[in-house]
Amino acid sequence: MPNSGFNVLLSVNNLRRLALGLCGTLEIAMISVVISVVLGVFYGLLMTKKNRFIYVLCRVYLDAFRIVPILVWLFLLFFGSAIVFHTDLDGVTVSVIIFSMWGTAEMGDIVRGTVSSIPTHQWQSAQALGLTQWQVHRFVIIPQALRRIAPSAINLITRMVKTTSLVVFVGVTEILRVGKQIIEFNMMKNPMASFWIYGFIFFVYFLICYPISKFSKKLEKKWSY
Amino acid sequence: MSLNWDFIVEVIPIYRSAIILTIRIAIIGVVLSIIVGAVCSLINYYKVRGLNLLVRAYIELSRNTPLVIQLFFLYYGLPKLGIMLSNEACAILGLTFLGGSYMAESLRSGLEAVSRVQVELGLSIGLNTFQLIRFVIFPQAMSIAMPALGANCIFLIKETSVVSIIALRDLMSVTKELIGMYYNTTESLMLLVVCYLLLLLPVSFLLIFVERRLRYAEFGV
Amino acid sequence: MSSKTGEVILEIEGLKKYYDQKAVLDGINLSIKRGEVAVVIGPSGCGKTTLLKCVNGLEAHQEGSIRVDGKEVGSDDFSWIAARQKIGMVFQSYDLFPHMTVIDNILLGPVQVQRRDRAEVTLQADALLERVGLADRRGDYPRQLSGGQKQRIAIVRALCMNPDIMLFDEVTASLDPEMVREVLDVMLGLARQGMTMLIVTHEMEFAKAVADRIIFMDGGVIAEESDAKTFFKSPATERARRFLNTFYFE
Repeated sequence: MPNSGFNVLLSVNNLRRLALGLCGTLEIAMISVVISVVLGVFYGLLMTKKNRFIYVLCRVYLDAFRIVPILVWLFLLFFGSAIVFHTDLDGVTVSVIIFSMWGTAEMGDIVRGTVSSIPTHQWQSAQALGLTQWQVHRFVIIPQALRRIAPSAINLITRMVKTTSLVVFVGVTEILRVGKQIIEFNMMKNPMASFWIYGFIFFVYFLICYPISKFSKKLEKKWSY
Repeated sequence: MSLNWDFIVEVIPIYRSAIILTIRIAIIGVVLSIIVGAVCSLINYYKVRGLNLLVRAYIELSRNTPLVIQLFFLYYGLPKLGIMLSNEACAILGLTFLGGSYMAESLRSGLEAVSRVQVELGLSIGLNTFQLIRFVIFPQAMSIAMPALGANCIFLIKETSVVSIIALRDLMSVTKELIGMYYNTTESLMLLVVCYLLLLLPVSFLLIFVERRLRYAEFGV
Repeated sequence: MSSKTGEVILEIEGLKKYYDQKAVLDGINLSIKRGEVAVVIGPSGCGKTTLLKCVNGLEAHQEGSIRVDGKEVGSDDFSWIAARQKIGMVFQSYDLFPHMTVIDNILLGPVQVQRRDRAEVTLQADALLERVGLADRRGDYPRQLSGGQKQRIAIVRALCMNPDIMLFDEVTASLDPEMVREVLDVMLGLARQGMTMLIVTHEMEFAKAVADRIIFMDGGVIAEESDAKTFFKSPATERARRFLNTFYFE
């Protein structure tokens, strides 16, 4: 198949460039995940506090990200930063900020849901044993909560990796853009390139996300009781 | 920071046609997703031989790839195989490809939540398979799955925000264009957010309402 | 509940059912005559419930035959769907279809399966509801009813199909004690009217009162079969004696 166009994928140079593009995207995803997990735990615990004002505030924050598409948020910060902060933020910074804010909201909701789903008799029976507030957390609540949080938290990683594909909208040079460049470069001698390149990118995303979501499902099964 | 109202009034028609495009894609996409999802969930539920594996593969493929990438492949990749679609058809197809799997998973967990007892009950009064699905299993599965299906709807409407990537003049591309041309950034962004809120807030309130109704009608045993 | 009392309506021959290698039913022979009330008792795990589910085709059997009205069930000209319309069944779990009102629950089978006239079935349903004392609940949803009420509705639902025989699978076992009586009274009424019934129960006093015949099952076989008086007074087998003893405190 000399003209099938598959050979664009066989070029080491092309693959290396695609890989670099992908790494850029994944880097944004990973940084955002780490920030989200850390901030999300605090945010989630804040939401379980019985303060009405704090709860409403947290709820509004969460719903703002649930209702307005992430891409709109990216636009808001990307184009709006000049007006509000009088400085242009580059696409990568904008992406990391928005993904982290969104991830914090989602992670927080997972933490809140889990902590409040631990039945009250667990608290009561732990306290009845004479454990202090701290010990109740340390030995009863946190171990149980961790097991329930892990599957959804890992699943959040998949969602964030998928969402990072949006950075192409704010001018970040990532895998899609690299793909486009390769296709344009090969336009003349290889008209099938776009099929293979985009097919390849599609498959690469699958190869990254599938194992993670599979793992999350496995944990869910293993730790559900 | 005062708003340029003349500008806003001037560009409202542009936003209107963009929002109509989004609504059209979203509605058709959601309806098709539910149909695809229903078929797939039944195939999974009954473990139809041959098709079951195919459907599982589709669901995993669809759920583990972003819509942007799916659209790129559909719009720029497929024509090379001789499959030419208009960009709007591509957007709808892409949304259905994505949404079908989400709907399928929600419906399947609804189906699996219908107890074995209910199936036996239906069989014991002589219902055939089709009647069993129609009168007993599906209505119950639907109401169990309703909150998840609703969340999927919102998710899919939000996902339509990426269709400008295949050259559709939706809210995002209109906004970007206007910012680039007139530098009325504040107004354009504001209109963008307002449009999405107009689109999504009624849907989410409707869902909260439906969920309340369902919870009221909750099937106690 | 038609005429000819005395003819055999249900005939089970050499019925065997295995789970993996283990025989749950190990050769059951049983025939029930029209108008007869047979009560199956026995320790848990003896295969009572499985027997009923096999009779209704909810569990497949491996060997033997089940004949209703002389025709073998599951054969080409007598499908399970057809057979189930002649065999009414009431389950231990007093579930109704939760998304339908009481009257819709009752009408589903007659209207959709038997294609009978809605108005005609409604009349019959209302009469039956009246008889079980629930005429005023016809528009309610199952969640608004108590367990005992649901179970009485479930009986009406099965009756409305005009079955030749009714199967009752421990229908009071999951009910609160104070609701048991209302359900048993309905069944007793049915028995007096000549309904053919095959009942699995743990209520010994009820069994004594309602049964024409007691079938004592143990380990997947029928260990003893006799009329109620004989069985409870002087059971023939040691196994039955031991089983009966578990119901008394001394």
